[in-house]
Amino acid sequence: MSTSRRSLRYHCQLRQSAGERRAETHPLTWRFREDGALIGLEEYVEKDGYAAVREVLGNQSPQDVIATMKEANVRGRGGAGFSAGLKWSLTLQGGDLPRGYLVCNADEMEPGTFKDRLLLEQQPHLLIEGMILGAYANNSCFGYIFLRGEYIEAARALIQALNEARAAGWLGKNIAGSGFDFDIALHTGAGRYICGEETALISSLEGLRANPRTKPPFPGQSGAWGKPTVVNNVETLCNVPAVMRHGAEWYQGLSGGLSDDGGTKLYGVSGRVNRTGLWELPIGTSAAELLDRAGGIRDGRALKTWLPGGGSTGFLLPEHLELALDFDTIGEYGSRLGTGLLTVVTEEQSVVSLVRNLEAFFARESCGWCTPCRDGLPWTLKILQSLERGEGEQGDIELLEQLASDLGPGKTFCAHAPGAAMPLESSIRHFRAEFEAGIAHERRAAHEDPIPAGGV
Amino acid sequence: MNDTASFNAQSAIATDGDGFVLHEEDRDAILHERDHYEQPQAACIEALKIVQKRHGWVPDGAIPAIAGVLGIGVANVEGVATFYSLIFRQPVGRHVILVCDSSSCFLTGFDELRDAITAELGIDFGQTTADGRFTLLPVCCLGACDRGPALMIDDDTYGPVPPDAVAELLKEYA
Repeated sequence: MSTSRRSLRYHCQLRQSAGERRAETHPLTWRFREDGALIGLEEYVEKDGYAAVREVLGNQSPQDVIATMKEANVRGRGGAGFSAGLKWSLTLQGGDLPRGYLVCNADEMEPGTFKDRLLLEQQPHLLIEGMILGAYANNSCFGYIFLRGEYIEAARALIQALNEARAAGWLGKNIAGSGFDFDIALHTGAGRYICGEETALISSLEGLRANPRTKPPFPGQSGAWGKPTVVNNVETLCNVPAVMRHGAEWYQGLSGGLSDDGGTKLYGVSGRVNRTGLWELPIGTSAAELLDRAGGIRDGRALKTWLPGGGSTGFLLPEHLELALDFDTIGEYGSRLGTGLLTVVTEEQSVVSLVRNLEAFFARESCGWCTPCRDGLPWTLKILQSLERGEGEQGDIELLEQLASDLGPGKTFCAHAPGAAMPLESSIRHFRAEFEAGIAHERRAAHEDPIPAGGV
Repeated sequence: MNDTASFNAQSAIATDGDGFVLHEEDRDAILHERDHYEQPQAACIEALKIVQKRHGWVPDGAIPAIAGVLGIGVANVEGVATFYSLIFRQPVGRHVILVCDSSSCFLTGFDELRDAITAELGIDFGQTTADGRFTLLPVCCLGACDRGPALMIDDDTYGPVPPDAVAELLKEYA
């Protein structure tokens, strides 16, 4: 391989030194090596790996595991923030019910998000261990890792780790002599952002078009092939081994006084900052601290606005930098924590252009199942394009606000359209003048006297 | 189910109008994938990827052939084949370039990178160079946001890719 290829090649790397990361405080990343190399089975086991599986299987009941997870309150790290323990407690099991599936959502495609990639590429055994514990708690007979097709390096790491785990008896029949059987297959996707939506993911896993499904029934009642199915994000599942090893109280204590939520979060920063990257920090850490760790804005510019956790979260302002980055706090300010990876927008960058870029993404990635999403997003995009070119007309902003409302929660099967509405609505709320600057002329006749539907 | 599937597989190969013949190895690989799931439809996406790996894309004749192997309807395969962005239903170049056009890359130089690539290759998104060497496509956030602007060529992810490094990088892919 030439120097050009080598020097440009992407490798995901944690920004924290080994000195800062300890088993008692950094459950997700304390084992990570300074050189960013893959942690194989031997090294993982040496560093306390699979200890939680050995401890739990056979010694605790599935209900005990669920109770501990509920108490720890590990909130879904894929962005929704729903308690994993609560989700598990709602999975149908027992009696003559069939055993179902545990699915890891590794379809990381949220704009601005690159955290699961790190966990998959460098420490796949932690995920496998978390999945074994999850399967035990939910009485799942089989697991799937739904990995996006573009994550080639992660696929290599997972295939190796699954083979190692199977050979060592951590997967398969009678795991660690406990009498519990469970195995995992890697399922790689073929593109489309919508596959990351829980029920669309199940459709895709079944080999169908990735259209979401109505809830209820929830996947825990009827998911893949009609069986009880649990879908959890990579980072969520990676928290399980430490919770089971050290207990719910310890996990809750990791965030100190920063947040009502427990544990750590794999936070990140992208955009025009000096040191982009990922850090594992107590949940509730502020964006100000993250920006500080990222070395501030490039070229001494000022911060204009930021997204707290991906393209489907609402814009926040510099005045919000001191807020605790947790689900409830960010939710109070018209946004969502989402994935917890900040996208930084600097003073000279256009909000209208960025929102146009985001809505183009959402329009392209709509699966087309629900009318507001399928038709509303391309319409939104067209208006934004005309405002960006400075060719907008009076009434466009009000129309965008109406669209943001019509795309909002409760009008579609899944959260794709509400996710698209959030940056749209919040950007107009915070930066109305930028949108107004794109208006060139008066309202045209089509607006004043629209042809009634069905008329001639 | 297995008997039906293998019967259909035989008939699909024998009767395919486009002259498409599913390679023996591919058929075995598809049948192997089928066993990972409760129902054969689930192996459909993987089957399309297996065919695409050999041919570079999914020719029309492959659709009924896959349906035959899996014992599912042709429309069930076609509907899936046209949904997923990484399943190619027309021929692509020897190398496929996926340029991330999502927000973080947009904020760190996507426009300039795209302009450099389209100028270098003389094609736009969705097109293939006349010599059949490259196909250029946009892609959802590649998860390389800390090093934008990012792109993939075949199985390799690169970032950040400065516009003036494009020509040199593309030379590596003959």
